[in-house]
Amino acid sequence: MTSDEADALASSPAVYVHIPFCARVCPYCDFAVVAGRDDVAGRYVDAVVAEIRSAEPWRPVESVYFGGGTPSRLEPGHLARILDAIADRHGIADGSEISLEANPEDIDTQRAGDLIAAGFNRISFGVQSLDDRVLVSLGRRHTPPAALSAVRSARDAGFANVSADLIFGAPGETDESWQQSVSSALASEVDHVSCYALTVEKGTELHRRILAGAPAPDGDVQADRWETADRLLGEAGMARYEVSNWSRPGFECRYNLTVWAQGEYEAYGLGAHGFRDGVRTRNLRHLDTYLETVESGKRPLAGTETLSEWDAELDRLFVGLRRAVGVAHGPGTRAFLGDPDGVRLLEAGVVADTGDRLVVVNPLLTDWVDRVVLSLRGWEEPAGADIV
Amino acid sequence: MTDQARIRNFSIIAHIDHGKSTLADRLLERTGAVEARDMREQLLDSMDLERERGITIKAQTVRLPYKASDGHDYVLNLIDTPGHVDFSYEVSRSLAACEGALLLADAAQGVQAQTLANAYLAIEAGLEVIPAINKIDLPAADPERVAQEMVNILGGDTDSVLRLSAKTGQGVDELLEALVAHVPAPTGDPDAPLRALVFDSYFDAFRGVVCYIRVVDGRLGAGDAIRFMATGEVHDANEIGYLTPKAVPVGEIGPGEVAYLITGVKEIDRIKVGDTITLARNPANDPLPGYKEPKPMVFSGLFPTDGDDYEKLREALEKLRLNDASLSWEPETSKALGFGFRVGFLGLLHMEIVRERLEREYDLDLVATAPSVAYKVTLNDGSEITIKSPQDLPEPTERREVAEPYVKVMILAPSEFVGPIMELATSRRAVVGNMNYLGPERVEMDFEIPLAEIVFDFFDLLKSKTKGYASLDYEPIGYRASDLVKVDILLNGIPVDAFSAIVHRDKAYDYGTKMTGRLRNLIPRQLFDVPIQAAIGGRIISRETVKARRKDVTAKCYGGDISRKKKLLQRQKEGKKRMKMVGSVEVPQEAFVAALRVDDDEK
Ligand SMILES: Nc1nc2c(ncn2[C@@H]2O[C@H](COP(=O)(O)OP(=O)(O)OP(=O)(O)O)[C@@H](O)[C@H]2O)c(=O)[nH]1
Ligand code: SF4
Ligand SMILES: [Mg+2]
Repeated sequence: MTSDEADALASSPAVYVHIPFCARVCPYCDFAVVAGRDDVAGRYVDAVVAEIRSAEPWRPVESVYFGGGTPSRLEPGHLARILDAIADRHGIADGSEISLEANPEDIDTQRAGDLIAAGFNRISFGVQSLDDRVLVSLGRRHTPPAALSAVRSARDAGFANVSADLIFGAPGETDESWQQSVSSALASEVDHVSCYALTVEKGTELHRRILAGAPAPDGDVQADRWETADRLLGEAGMARYEVSNWSRPGFECRYNLTVWAQGEYEAYGLGAHGFRDGVRTRNLRHLDTYLETVESGKRPLAGTETLSEWDAELDRLFVGLRRAVGVAHGPGTRAFLGDPDGVRLLEAGVVADTGDRLVVVNPLLTDWVDRVVLSLRGWEEPAGADIV
Repeated sequence: MTDQARIRNFSIIAHIDHGKSTLADRLLERTGAVEARDMREQLLDSMDLERERGITIKAQTVRLPYKASDGHDYVLNLIDTPGHVDFSYEVSRSLAACEGALLLADAAQGVQAQTLANAYLAIEAGLEVIPAINKIDLPAADPERVAQEMVNILGGDTDSVLRLSAKTGQGVDELLEALVAHVPAPTGDPDAPLRALVFDSYFDAFRGVVCYIRVVDGRLGAGDAIRFMATGEVHDANEIGYLTPKAVPVGEIGPGEVAYLITGVKEIDRIKVGDTITLARNPANDPLPGYKEPKPMVFSGLFPTDGDDYEKLREALEKLRLNDASLSWEPETSKALGFGFRVGFLGLLHMEIVRERLEREYDLDLVATAPSVAYKVTLNDGSEITIKSPQDLPEPTERREVAEPYVKVMILAPSEFVGPIMELATSRRAVVGNMNYLGPERVEMDFEIPLAEIVFDFFDLLKSKTKGYASLDYEPIGYRASDLVKVDILLNGIPVDAFSAIVHRDKAYDYGTKMTGRLRNLIPRQLFDVPIQAAIGGRIISRETVKARRKDVTAKCYGGDISRKKKLLQRQKEGKKRMKMVGSVEVPQEAFVAALRVDDDEK
């Protein structure tokens, strides 16, 4: 994917839909999720549909992403109702990418076919690992063969764009088992792979275990594992287009690229975050409050953040620099290259100036770069950067 | 003028926290000097820091009226003194203004090092020492044992030791009677030429320098022209008066009296505490014995984190000095830390307090280097120089000898801890001296030890090795030649002057490995490997490496994560503000002192 193609997605409208239901809450998870609340699934779908219907109309969107939680837990009919509502309200352009996150356990050929019929054309599996011990330590129920057969079912049913998510650096993993996971995922002939370092978020079960003395993930080991993945995936013909994402050419996730290009996206559902007209919005994160708010005819907003021009420029950098293509030069990159910390990163070879773009050469240090970005001072900031 | 026969001048002296200031409260109340509604705890501790930390830093004086059971009205001039060893010179000069000393000991803790040290100071000054046991209300109080310990020092019998509680007020009436009965009345000559001792001073923004004086002979009237015998300065006594504790001006004072004096002098340096005041028109021949000037014992480099604050730091030091004559400094330049000052302190508590005041009251952000002592260096040509900073030590080829300050340390502890204390002391190059038993289970141990060995962590170690039961006091005993070397620390190949230290040759290797090891843990990982080396001269004696940071990236950053991630990064960025760039390496400010802290495993 060229840098022009990547940047062009800044003007591609997108929609995110959050489906919070999960079989149970994984020990490392800090998303807006609920377990054991499948009883309100119908009410939830109604609420999301109502939210979409009362949204400001927009031009036809070019990508839709169902994230979670576990969207595959909902009946395909439920998912179709939501997609229809989006099509009614905003329109869905021809050739759009319609993605769904799925738990391998939920998918067989029949189900996959129903999802295609509902309108989905991309499916992303939470495979996590193809090592039994690691799956246990991650608290996942499925087995490696089940994950691989779900991928096959999706293919058989006709999904032309299949992705697998993997997690590395978890307890129980070894160099070999990680290599094995990546190789098996490749052998299943997926089009796209996301590899995430296991991250310890405050308030999760994993965090509690570590406080109680369990081993914490080691950054150096994770760096090794990331490098292994980057090498194996590259050898198999996949290109890394973001810190944690690799794909065969042309199979990059359009929706995510829109977000990283600072494009606009509407967001519906529990805890969903959107960005339109320079305003970041965030929905309520508590399920019952969300449902009651929507049912009483109100917008379920928890807060908004209006970006000043300079904030927006820094966001363009700090998010955009996660991409392999980096960002085009602008006031922010010029400030970066004039800052002593920025110069240090340039001299150390962590970032490079390609002449018309700034790119991060060592993606493993992206946060270091981003901290420097966020400390840059630009033109006088208007007092309007309000965070509600 | 007050009749000398009715004056009693005394200091309250004790180990730290044994209740001096609280007892002063009770005396203020009982004598009606302060009305109940104006009372607050440790009223004489007026500085914010004193109140916050619950300790006395500066001695305070107050005049109390007291009608004794003999029917006479007396004047009690009380001086409350600090208990901490850093401020012991405040005790000495307070004692010079008194005929008696009230020596307190905590009924549970018993005699401690400063109890003993202060008792000796009072005896040497020829004062009548009145022993009293405080805090008898405590459940753990053991007045009999403590009385025996006091008698072992002072003589007399245990029945004559007063017992009181400054908290409940029990025994305070008896104490007042005992003060009247046992503190000798002053016996100055009212008709001799004036001799008054300046025993303290402070700076008042409106009135200039205020002196506290004690008249020994003669009389002083408001408006008299006076001469300061040491400095030769002549001024008018614009106002004299009593501190009750409110300032109450009076027309004339005579022998035995304690008063404040305002001359209109604005510069604190022009008045020397310890000087003798006499009348310009009828001067005395000989001044009173003065004081030795308080000598700074430890030195530390203070550098503003922001180089632009250098002038602000200088001004702040000058302001602090107005009320703290013991503070001294000279400019210092460090390659690592830029421009700053080498500041001399009476001890570590003093250093901590000054630093805290500079940061808090003057809004400065400072880097402090590890404290060191002053060395005397004999150069090849036989001349001698004093250096206060390791970076000033001349090369071995340029010097003949290095001498370091020694102190005599007195440690008081339960006898079961003699072994561990000896071990600690000998590991610090101490020469063990006497051992005296103050009671069957309480022992006083003396050592001669290099000051450098105790300035930093000795007291912490002593406390932990003795479960907190040992106390310590020390006094300087001069310089002695030692086999000393300078250990340099190199970060990324570049010597960092702020980390250099002068240590005994036998300990140089230990010091080097310990420092490089600690710095490895204190210095965050950077963009490149950072070697940390310790060296003597050009010879590397130890080496560690802070490996380059390999992974610093959030795994996921999707639509929902952006705001949160931004906040997280901004928080992390704040943490980096307290870093100092040393060459190309980011060093946290704490590293400059923390590198020398005691390890837990040493305790
Ligand atoms: N129980 C009890 N506590 C007391 C008594 N006298 C003082 N204290 C407490 O002991 C602590 C120290 O009292 P201070 O009066 O500040 O002691 P100090 O000797 O002036 O201390 P420095 O000036 O720092 O040397 C305070 O918490 C007091 O409340 C007493 O008679 N009984
Ligand atoms: S399945 Fe995914 S969203 Fe659900 S709890 Fe586990 S990690 Fe979280
Ligand atoms: Mg006190």
